[in-house]
Amino acid sequence: MTAIRNGRRFRLSFEQRNSLRGLGFILPWLIGFLVFYLGCLIQLVRFSLMNISIDAATGARLETFVGLDNFIEAFTAHASFNQVLTSSVMDMLIDLPMIIFFSLFVALILNRKFRGRALVRAIFFLPVILSADAVGSAITRATELMNTGVSSTAAEMAASGGVSVSYYIQLFGDLALPPTVLQYIVDAVNRIASIIQGSGVQIILFIAALQSIPGSLYEVARIEGATGYETLWKVTVPMVMPHIITNTIYTVVDRFTASQVVKLAGDTYRNYNYGLSSVFSLVSTLITCLILALIVYLLNKRAFYYN
Amino acid sequence: MQKSRKLPELWRGYRSSARYDDQKSRVLNGTKNGLLSFFRFIIIVGISYVILAPVIGIISNSFFSRQDSINPMVFTIPISPTLARYEMAVKYLDYLPILGRTLLYVTGVTLLQLLICSMVGYGFARYRFPMKKVLFAFIVLMIVVPLNTIQFPLYMTFRYFGIGDGTVNLLKSPWPTVILSAFGCGLRSGLYIYIFNQFFRGLPKEIEEAALVDGAGAWRTYFRIMLPNASPAIITVAVFSLVWQYNDSFFANTFNIPDSILITRKLDSLVAVIANAEKILTIREQQLYFDAGVVLVLVPVVLIYLLLQRRFIEGVERSGIVG
Repeated sequence: MTAIRNGRRFRLSFEQRNSLRGLGFILPWLIGFLVFYLGCLIQLVRFSLMNISIDAATGARLETFVGLDNFIEAFTAHASFNQVLTSSVMDMLIDLPMIIFFSLFVALILNRKFRGRALVRAIFFLPVILSADAVGSAITRATELMNTGVSSTAAEMAASGGVSVSYYIQLFGDLALPPTVLQYIVDAVNRIASIIQGSGVQIILFIAALQSIPGSLYEVARIEGATGYETLWKVTVPMVMPHIITNTIYTVVDRFTASQVVKLAGDTYRNYNYGLSSVFSLVSTLITCLILALIVYLLNKRAFYYN
Repeated sequence: MQKSRKLPELWRGYRSSARYDDQKSRVLNGTKNGLLSFFRFIIIVGISYVILAPVIGIISNSFFSRQDSINPMVFTIPISPTLARYEMAVKYLDYLPILGRTLLYVTGVTLLQLLICSMVGYGFARYRFPMKKVLFAFIVLMIVVPLNTIQFPLYMTFRYFGIGDGTVNLLKSPWPTVILSAFGCGLRSGLYIYIFNQFFRGLPKEIEEAALVDGAGAWRTYFRIMLPNASPAIITVAVFSLVWQYNDSFFANTFNIPDSILITRKLDSLVAVIANAEKILTIREQQLYFDAGVVLVLVPVVLIYLLLQRRFIEGVERSGIVG
């Protein structure tokens, strides 16, 4: 590659040519990122400080600068934003550890060789395939339908046998479990279906992580006389720790994308309330990023990188 | 009588022998393994049921006749099954033509994503250029901050697409998706770039050095040598992209993609259309048509997954997506 500058021909060094080639490979993305992604992020901040209306007849866009009015309205005047934001964040925080533990547990089970393993893996990934929003309502309704079938039977049995769920909750209460812990357990049990549905990708990632642990580590552990339990905590868990971070990021983003607050932002702009919608998006994203940064920081301190 | 006196002695002899320990541990281990695989079986069956129950419910419901749907004694297995729901759903979904167009759109976008994301991933994996770390941080930013955040600015960008006064309204067409995918900002492109980057970093550098020595240029090396070697990563990204693009509602809603090229959007209006045209007024019966529509919409994507399933899971394991 040659270039002409000041009338003098000179050659670019190998390094320079290489970096130009590298830039050539990433060029489409770089343009797209700057124009669409970063451009839209900046616009989002700008819109959140604006009052925007679209003239119905001409389609022209009218913008007036209103400062922080949209933010003040979102936090003090809007009917549901505070509540939806809090509950979305809480949902995310409750689901996150459950999904991580559940998917690691399932990956540990599925990592063993047994008959029908391919079939079971296919089934466990099925929720990802069936996650279309368009069919979401059908899935929810069918879940309820199938559950009613079973749970109504269970309820009948409970009535005749004199067993009641509240009795067991009482029992756990008597164990002097803190009420928050108890509430968490009850919540988690209620969410089992949604946790299982939300773990498809994470299970696959954990299986891949488990496959990448060198077998020699397990061999050493066995020769040194470690039990299966000790091997789990001393070999498996430290080795998958970096992947726990990956999965945490994936889960938080996934939950955030599906959360009520994102839906609220979408609904708000479809109701022509553009500035407010931008504030919702901006605030919820910032909060999610803060939480994510905090969790990743805490996990990173304990992580151990093999390579 | 002599025999019975001898028995305890025999027993004692047996207990102190090595054979006893050997057999004891074998029996104990056998029981332990048996119990473990039994519990594993129960857990797997239970979780599989939670996942499959709605699918079974939808499939069985789509065969329900009117009598079955109002009969409280019928659960899951219809007494008088009928295919009428499917006939109506196929008719009003305009099934085959629209499915064809949907698959064309989804496959096209997937091919674009594969090309662009693999290129960018390769560029980051193999070349050094100024500000590389910052630029890669932007990839991570794209993963962490989903497109949903910038939904409204994106809508505005494509509502008034262009520079200055000559703007075009690109909504109600597939072009926004195509443009975004072509510039590496499509649905979850950040994740795909990351996957390709991880994969190419794991390939030995000697391959390219050999190609370079043999006189192949950068692009030729990439298309002829690197891409054909990247099949695990390609399969992984292809399955993710096909499935997510097909199921996607974000692009569909934001850019108002017409239901003539996106079958999931057609499905949204199916119940209303059938209820109107066929004068079906009970909600319960309307739902049966919807279930048939859901089955029809999900069949292709499940088929794609089942076809690529084995290679997909191997691909995830080998493409180093997790590192």
